[in-house]
Amino acid sequence: MDWFYIKGILILSGINLMAVLGLSLLTGFTGLFSFGHAGFMAIGAYVTAMMTIKFHLPFIPSLLIGAMGAALASLFIGRLTLNLKGDYFCIATLGFGEAIRLILDNVQYFGGARGWPGIPMYTNLTNVVILDIIGIAILVNLIRSRHGRNMKAIREEEMASQTIGINVFRYKMIALAISAAFAGVAGGMLGHYLGFLQPKMFQLIKSTELTIIVIFGGLGSISGSVIGALVLTSLPELLRTFAKWRLVVYGVAVVFIMITRPQGLMGGYEITAGNIKKLISRLASFGRPRQQTIGGDKE
Amino acid sequence: MSILELKNVTKQFGGLTAVGNVDFVVEKDSIFGLIGPNGAGKTTIFNLITGIYKVTEGEILFEGKEINSLEPYQVAEMGITRTFQNIRLFKKLTTYENILTACHYNARYTILDSLVRSKRFRVEEKGLLDQAGELMDIMGLGDRKDVVAGNLPYGLQRRLEIARALALKPKLLLLDEPAAGMNPDETIRLMELIKEIRSRFNLTVLVIEHHMDLIMGICEKIVVLNFGRKLAEGTAQDVQANPKVIEAYLGEEEVVVC
Ligand SMILES: Nc1ncnc2c1ncn2[C@@H]1O[C@H](COP(=O)(O)OP(=O)(O)OP(=O)(O)O)[C@@H](O)[C@H]1O
Ligand SMILES: [Mg+2]
Repeated sequence: MDWFYIKGILILSGINLMAVLGLSLLTGFTGLFSFGHAGFMAIGAYVTAMMTIKFHLPFIPSLLIGAMGAALASLFIGRLTLNLKGDYFCIATLGFGEAIRLILDNVQYFGGARGWPGIPMYTNLTNVVILDIIGIAILVNLIRSRHGRNMKAIREEEMASQTIGINVFRYKMIALAISAAFAGVAGGMLGHYLGFLQPKMFQLIKSTELTIIVIFGGLGSISGSVIGALVLTSLPELLRTFAKWRLVVYGVAVVFIMITRPQGLMGGYEITAGNIKKLISRLASFGRPRQQTIGGDKE
Repeated sequence: MSILELKNVTKQFGGLTAVGNVDFVVEKDSIFGLIGPNGAGKTTIFNLITGIYKVTEGEILFEGKEINSLEPYQVAEMGITRTFQNIRLFKKLTTYENILTACHYNARYTILDSLVRSKRFRVEEKGLLDQAGELMDIMGLGDRKDVVAGNLPYGLQRRLEIARALALKPKLLLLDEPAAGMNPDETIRLMELIKEIRSRFNLTVLVIEHHMDLIMGICEKIVVLNFGRKLAEGTAQDVQANPKVIEAYLGEEEVVVC
């Protein structure tokens, strides 16, 4: 395997990671499922490409405008569906994602269903890694604040959240808008990596893939989302030698993890310096008689 | 001085009148009891006060202001908070995180502040951490700091729910059957705790309870509900001596005995 090939896989994983980070905030931390994030990626992709090609803006400002476009669209469907009970939101996002794709199929300005070639290839490993690190930093700082805690509270118990003064609707909207912005950046990077955009790239299966990665990594774990995105994006690529069996192996791997670890790879835990220290001291004391059960509270 | 006033409050679910023309006044700094047989409408009244249900008719006033059109989170901002009959903790979060989350209301930093870890964030966040730690110790939960709420023993879960409510620094605390499932010993300790937090936090407490000893022991005033209607009102002695109340409760007890 040559470096060029590996670099390609890393870039694709990094792009997916950006979208997965956003979805992780929405699904893993706020408890809302979306099957329309490919739609937000599409909006980000097309808006960003429009900015660089038609308006000759530099790449990073274009990405930000693409992210804003995706966030605005998400606020629109959020406004309509997030105050409804239960699964309406999930269904609405599904419809939204497909609608975006169908609309793009018919917008000749962007090349319609045949696609939009000739997009400048601005995305490279360096800017993908930097943007991912910024994305992770944003997410970590958000989660570890009162705002992030409010989102987790909503995931755990909506009614109790309201009675401690959390404006549930507002926080759901914020989580949705941020996650859509992340997806928008991912879309913008994707278009400028492939040099080509086609509505077909943003089908329902793309949204499903993102959700699978978040669940696979473990709901409520940023480290899990990172590992999930890296493993599950590169796995099908690395298995390419198995040709038609690769998606089967992919599916089996996902099913296997979900059966053996229903809480996902990381199960809500994070990889932090503190946690690693704890783990090491635990391993070090392994075999010695234990005075106390670690982490367990027997009652 | 009154803090909470219900005026002719009615709540209907389809044809069922869960609460019918109920009115009562809760004095500031008092402990006020709400009792009645199963299905009398007690929890529904809590849901009406906290904005989870909207009244069909009537008015609810808190510190003289009408609150029956507010959203639940706005009611909480006014200074009213509650516990639930069927405990509703953030089950997968720890004891500490449960309390810390509820402290959010005492900080004002924005999302941008948290992203850039501004000075305002650091100062206010430190305040929240301290407040949560202090509250945890006051409520005797200090040694369970990192235990996941869902794994706490039942009595402590109820205690944690009260601690979480107190984190908002409320003026009015609504307790829905706080002693349910507790043994007599735990119930007595809970009684002491309720009295203690009332004076410590300058609270008014409205409590629903089936344990007669608890209600009679701590409440200055009691309202008795039956089938959604107010049956009686007064001090513990008044209510206990009221023939209508005896009838409602004896009627129920006979069913239980059989
Ligand atoms: N959301 C609802 N929809 C329909 N009926 C309801 C609803 N909530 C409560 N009720 C009905 O209203 C009546 C009063 O219920 P409520 O829960 O207030 O009783 P309660 O006094 O708290 O009883 P318990 O002691 O059993 O807790 C009951 O008949 C109940 O079935
Ligand atoms: Mg009840």
